[in-house]
Parts: sequence; structure tokens; C-alpha cells
Amino acid sequence: MTQGVMIFAETSGAALAPIAKEMCGVGRRLADALGEPLIAAVVGCGVGDAAQEAIAHGADRVYVADADVLQTYQTASYCTVLGQIAEQAEPEVLLVGMSDNGRDLGPRLAFRLRTGLASDCVDLTIDAGTRLLEATRPVSGGNAMATVVIEKTRPQMATVRAKTMPAAEPDTGRQGEIIAVDVSVDAASLPVTVVERVKAESEGVRLEDADIVISGGRGLKGPDDFYAILEPCAKSLGGTIGASRAAVDEGWVPTQLQVGLTGKIVSPKLYVACAISGAAQHMAGCGYSKTIVAVNRDPDAPIYQRANIGIVGDYKKVIPAFQAKCAELLG
Amino acid sequence: MDIIVTLKQVPDPEAPKETFRIDESGMKILNPPNIDPVINGYDENAIEAALQLKEAAGGKVVAVSMGETGATRALKQAMAMGVDEGILLQDESFADADAASTAYVLARAIEKIGSYGLILCGRQASDWDQSQVPSGIAELLGLPSVTAVQKVALQGDTVRVERILEDGYEVLDIHGPCVVTVSNEANKPRYPTLKGIMTAGKKQIPVWDAAELGVDAAQVGSAGALTRVSKLYVPSFDGDCEFIAGETPEEMGANLALRLRELKII
Repeated sequence: MTQGVMIFAETSGAALAPIAKEMCGVGRRLADALGEPLIAAVVGCGVGDAAQEAIAHGADRVYVADADVLQTYQTASYCTVLGQIAEQAEPEVLLVGMSDNGRDLGPRLAFRLRTGLASDCVDLTIDAGTRLLEATRPVSGGNAMATVVIEKTRPQMATVRAKTMPAAEPDTGRQGEIIAVDVSVDAASLPVTVVERVKAESEGVRLEDADIVISGGRGLKGPDDFYAILEPCAKSLGGTIGASRAAVDEGWVPTQLQVGLTGKIVSPKLYVACAISGAAQHMAGCGYSKTIVAVNRDPDAPIYQRANIGIVGDYKKVIPAFQAKCAELLG
Repeated sequence: MDIIVTLKQVPDPEAPKETFRIDESGMKILNPPNIDPVINGYDENAIEAALQLKEAAGGKVVAVSMGETGATRALKQAMAMGVDEGILLQDESFADADAASTAYVLARAIEKIGSYGLILCGRQASDWDQSQVPSGIAELLGLPSVTAVQKVALQGDTVRVERILEDGYEVLDIHGPCVVTVSNEANKPRYPTLKGIMTAGKKQIPVWDAAELGVDAAQVGSAGALTRVSKLYVPSFDGDCEFIAGETPEEMGANLALRLRELKII
């Protein structure tokens, strides 16, 4: 008898990763809709505190797999351990957040458990009549939305797009049960060796953490204006720059600056899109921003359908004037 | 090393937005009228990666695609780019497959092909954007999988890849046959040459059906699907964009600052 909503509560160091708090938030909501417990799976090395944190963020029961071999994410080891936890916990619903690792893990885990998966969901609800998970996801780069149900198998799995679900707020008074999991993964048997991790050079605010993002697209026609016009303005406001996939594919800016379906998902307070037409692929990455400002010379650009504030004009003139006025206003 | 590339033919994502159409009752993304379908863009990155590996280390590249008769078009195009052989997996019973039943048919086909050291796939398909099938093939064949890589190289039987991370990348060595999914950062796919098109034109594309593959009828197409699309729709956006006025772009820029200040956004 399957019961409950299980989440992969991903860790960052010894603590819950931001995406895990988002999974706690949506997981708790779905568990309450079903009237069933929220189960968290914490996997890593030295992650005992994260289990307590998961309880504070809404979990009723936490399975903890803590072992040296789980120090670094590997598809094979994490899939084995999470598969084992899912078979033990027998949840109705299993959610994995779309981080670098969750994106890789989710599909493999679904096939391990021989169950259906809805990928990259942005809306999850429980149907009051059928009690089935209704998982809604953008398709065709966001041109359409599909609602997916999993009727034949359990758990009903979904991977969840980052920053689309509100994070749970901690309550340190909450009580929950912690269950230690035996880890039988042998490091020598893993088919992949991690040679090294290379951090991209970056200075200042991380794109995904920035409160203000000023992005440029194909209309910038080269790398220069990213650094001569957009970046000074972004920096003066404590923000950073982003780019559309077109600008990254042209090689104008590094791939780490790409906002969109296959790039970063951002939800800043203010997102200023300069010379970006507003393809669904791009809006998938910035559509959850609090305020979207579009600056484009084309009054018919699709981005104005998604923007809160629009300026029809040349960013080369608009942005420096905007920056100057901000400096004056903010002293 | 022999390499297998999986391909999907999709509606052209570069087609104008106003030509985008869906069948809301049939739960299908339709091909826009008069615009030919194309090889999924990420699959082209996988083909390009395979061809570069072949050029460096030899071996054969075989492309395999599950689809309707029209999907021979994608296979021909792959062969025009330099892929040695194309195989079409086609049967009435394969219709309305989901990721689970697609991965099953592709895995059976890959078993039948037999000779491979590496299976390359695109990181996702631009129509349904699921990125499930490659991991499914790997799981069904009991192979290691690494997804979304920006570089793939061979060192003997070891496949060295760079998996893209939010703040950089990780270098991984995969020992033995494996499934790797390629991202658009990896390369710029080549265009077919005239000679390539001529050569591809002369080659036959074998069609493998359910009987040829010896598949279990309960695991293919809609019968083997584990997910069901219950609703498909085009989202509407309110479009209540507030336009900032001004005589000049400079004035609009300044007015934007004033308005954002007024709204307490800055």
C-alpha cells in the first residue's frame, strides 16, 4: 500500500540545498492535500543536520543515507540509494527538484522504479476526485503546456523546475522521525570516476542569486555592449548580467550567463531584457521574475506579452539614461 | 569505437511562432503546414560529436530513430552529414509512445545493432522537452549514463566527458560502454555536403518493425506508456504591459527609473 509524498531533499555541504526547501514546500502542500505524510530522502556524507532541517521544513519522516561513497553526486550511487529508499517508503508521489543533479537523477530513477515521470513541472496539484497527481509542464520550449497523469504505476514521479515553488519556512519546533538507511554501494563498483570539478570564473553576484538581472539578446550584435552598457548598469544596482541562448550560441558571453530552458532559471525582483524578442525558450528561465522590463526597438516583439513594463526604444540610449537616473535617485 | 546516435524528428523550432499548432483533443504537437520537420537540434549536436570522434579515432556511426515513414528524412540528413548507417524503427503499434515505451523500443534496437562503445543522444527533444529517453535506454541496457555534456572525448575504451553544472562543469571518466547526452554548448553541427547528400541518397534505410525487433507488445506505443497527457493547451498571457512614455529613449530610461522607484522595486 503506497502512501505519502516523498521528496529528494538535496544537500549542499551539510545543509539542505535551496531547491530542497522548495521541494519541502510543494511536497508538504501535496501531502496535506492527500492527508498523508511528507517523507524526505537525505543522501550524502555528513548530512545528519540536513535531516533535522528537513523536519523543520515540513517532513514527517526522513530517510538518511549517510556514507563516504555518497560525498559526491554520481548517477549510479544516488539512483541506487534513492531507489532503495523509495522501495522501502512506498510513496504515492515522488518529487525531485531540477538542480544539476536532480535533472540527471530523475529520469534514471523513474526507469529504475519502472514508473512514469512528468519532467520539469511548474505546477503540481492533487485532483480532489481521483486523488491523482496532476503535473503541468511546459512543452515545445514553453509554447504549450501539458498536464500529465500517471495512472498505472507508483510512485507518480515528477521533476520540478527550480524557483517555481515557494520554499517552506522552517519551524524548529516540528517533530519528525529519522530513519537511517544502510548504504551498500561499493565505490570500486561505480562505472564513472570524477576527475575534477571546474568552477567557472565569476565575480560579483551569482546570476541565480541576483535581485536585479539585466540581460541582452541577439539584438546586442556582439559581446561589447554586455560589458560596456549592461554590466555597468547592473553593477551599479548590485545586480548582474544575463543573456539569451542566441547570445551564448554566438559565443558573445559564457554559457553560465544563459537564462532559459536549458540555462539558468532566475526569479529576481527586477529582470530587464534588452533586445530580447522573448522566445518561449528564454521566458522559461525568467518568467517567474517579480517584475519584467522589456527594452526593444520592435514594438511587436512577443516579450511585451510577458513584460510588466515596456520601453520601445534603443537599449544603447535607454540603459545609460536609466543608470544615471537611478544613481541620482538612490544617491 | 562504434557509436550509435539516437534521433528524433521534430517540428522545426525555428518556425515562426504564429505557425505553432497543437491538437488539443489528440494531445499532439503538430507540424506547422509547409514547414518541413527537422532533426531535433540537440540530436544534431550528438551527431556532430559522434562524427568528430569517428574522425579522431575511427569506427562506425549508426543513427537510429523511432518514427513514422517521414522520419527517414531525419535519418537521410544525418547520413548526409556523415553518419554511416541509418535505421528506422517503425510499427503501427509504436504510435502514441511516451518516454518509457520509446526508450524500450530504442533499447531493443540498440541490442540488435549489438556493436557499440558509446551511445550519444541529444540532451532533450525540442517538442516535448522531457529528457527522459536517454536515461531510460541506459537503465534498460544496464549502462552508465551521463547527461548534458559540453565535451566528449575518447581515451581508449574510456569516455571522458564534461558535464555542465550551474557554476562550471565536472570532468568524468566513464569506463566501458555508456549513454551520454550532448548539449548545445558542445559544438556547432556541420551542414551536409553535396557529396554527403549524394552518398546518403544512394543508401537504403532498413525499417525494423515490432516483429523484427522481437518486442513485447505490452511495452510499446500507447500500451507501454506509463504517463498520459490529460490536457494540452497554449497558455495565454494577459499582456497588460505598462509602456513608459518619453520623447526620447534617454527620457524613457530616466522615466523607467522614476517608475521603478515609485513601485519600490529599486
